[in-house]
Amino acid sequence: MKLAAFVIAGVAAFLVLPAIADDPPIALTLKDHKFTPAVIHVRANAPSQILLNNEDSSSEEFDSSALHVEKVVPGGQKGIVRLRPLPPGRYNFMGEFHSDTAEGVVVAE
Amino acid sequence: MLASLLIVFREVIEAGLIVGIVLAATKGVAGRARWVSLGIAAGVLGAALVAAFAGKIAGLFQGSGQEIFDASVLLLAVAMLTWHNVWMAGHGRAMAREMKQVGAQVSSGERPMTALAVVVGIAVLREGSEVVLFLYGIASQGSTSTAALLGGGALGVAGGAIVTALMYYGLLAVPAHRLFSVTAGLITLLAAGMAAQAILFLQQGGYFEFLTSTVWDTSWLLKQDSIVGRLLHTLVGYNDSPNGAQVLVYAATIIAIVLLTRIERARHPRLAPAPKTA
Repeated sequence: MKLAAFVIAGVAAFLVLPAIADDPPIALTLKDHKFTPAVIHVRANAPSQILLNNEDSSSEEFDSSALHVEKVVPGGQKGIVRLRPLPPGRYNFMGEFHSDTAEGVVVAE
Repeated sequence: MLASLLIVFREVIEAGLIVGIVLAATKGVAGRARWVSLGIAAGVLGAALVAAFAGKIAGLFQGSGQEIFDASVLLLAVAMLTWHNVWMAGHGRAMAREMKQVGAQVSSGERPMTALAVVVGIAVLREGSEVVLFLYGIASQGSTSTAALLGGGALGVAGGAIVTALMYYGLLAVPAHRLFSVTAGLITLLAAGMAAQAILFLQQGGYFEFLTSTVWDTSWLLKQDSIVGRLLHTLVGYNDSPNGAQVLVYAATIIAIVLLTRIERARHPRLAPAPKTA
């Protein structure tokens, strides 16, 4: 009984606790509603993280249907965007609130 | 103007579809207009609050506050939708029969409207907070005139309201005795889609990071960010490239709701027709 409880707790902890990412986050800056760098390279088929630094005063939503990410980063704050393991390819993303200028692409290779 | 029109329209449509389904699912319930209005009003207020404290919320849970918040309200909505369907499984048959006999003027006073009012509130809150953040951002830049901003916003809301009406009256075209079966089915898929979205938010926040690889990709057939794709995403949780955990959660939610409603229905055996006294 105790053993079962330990196993369940262990599995739960494994599932719930934040996983430690293999690679350090890739820095991405938003300023004047433009992303720098606008092209981000990640390893294909491996999880990756982007650390978005919003240097504008207004909120922005990192939005990508291809990456399945919607992440609001308030003005002057930073936010982690976690990417699933991606097959090789190009994945567009944008700042939804300023989609005419805030554009970028993740290249998995 | 165009930007604010489009973004408001998009978000209002998504909330509007859910309000339309709720209205159809509660046809014949006394006081439902009050409950739904209350849900919308609470949602708008909540959206403004969430937008105002977006910075604070985002900073919680080691930067995953927004994801945890989104996932929590989605899961609350899933619970409320499940409760509604289970309740209807016990009481819906009698209601449908009454409606068929007497028309739409039947009400069941004890019917819980709170569950669906909460769902309406959550739908408005989620979509509305994005609208508020967006409009606030534009307004603070001063690049767009207030009139254009308000005009775009108002047009967007009007467009979304039209979609709500279309959804509602479209569902009412369903024969009365089938209406609750149809809305129950829609609500089940709505709940499954929300649950799948919730697990995605949790994974974005760094939790439950298992089965994160894409299982299939139907973006060649229907892109999720197209208009139809967005509508289907809201209604049935369409995802053009779901990951394994999402598929699992989607299926598990449907199975759970179907099982719970079966159990509840078994507890309320079909009422026999009035016995004929011999």
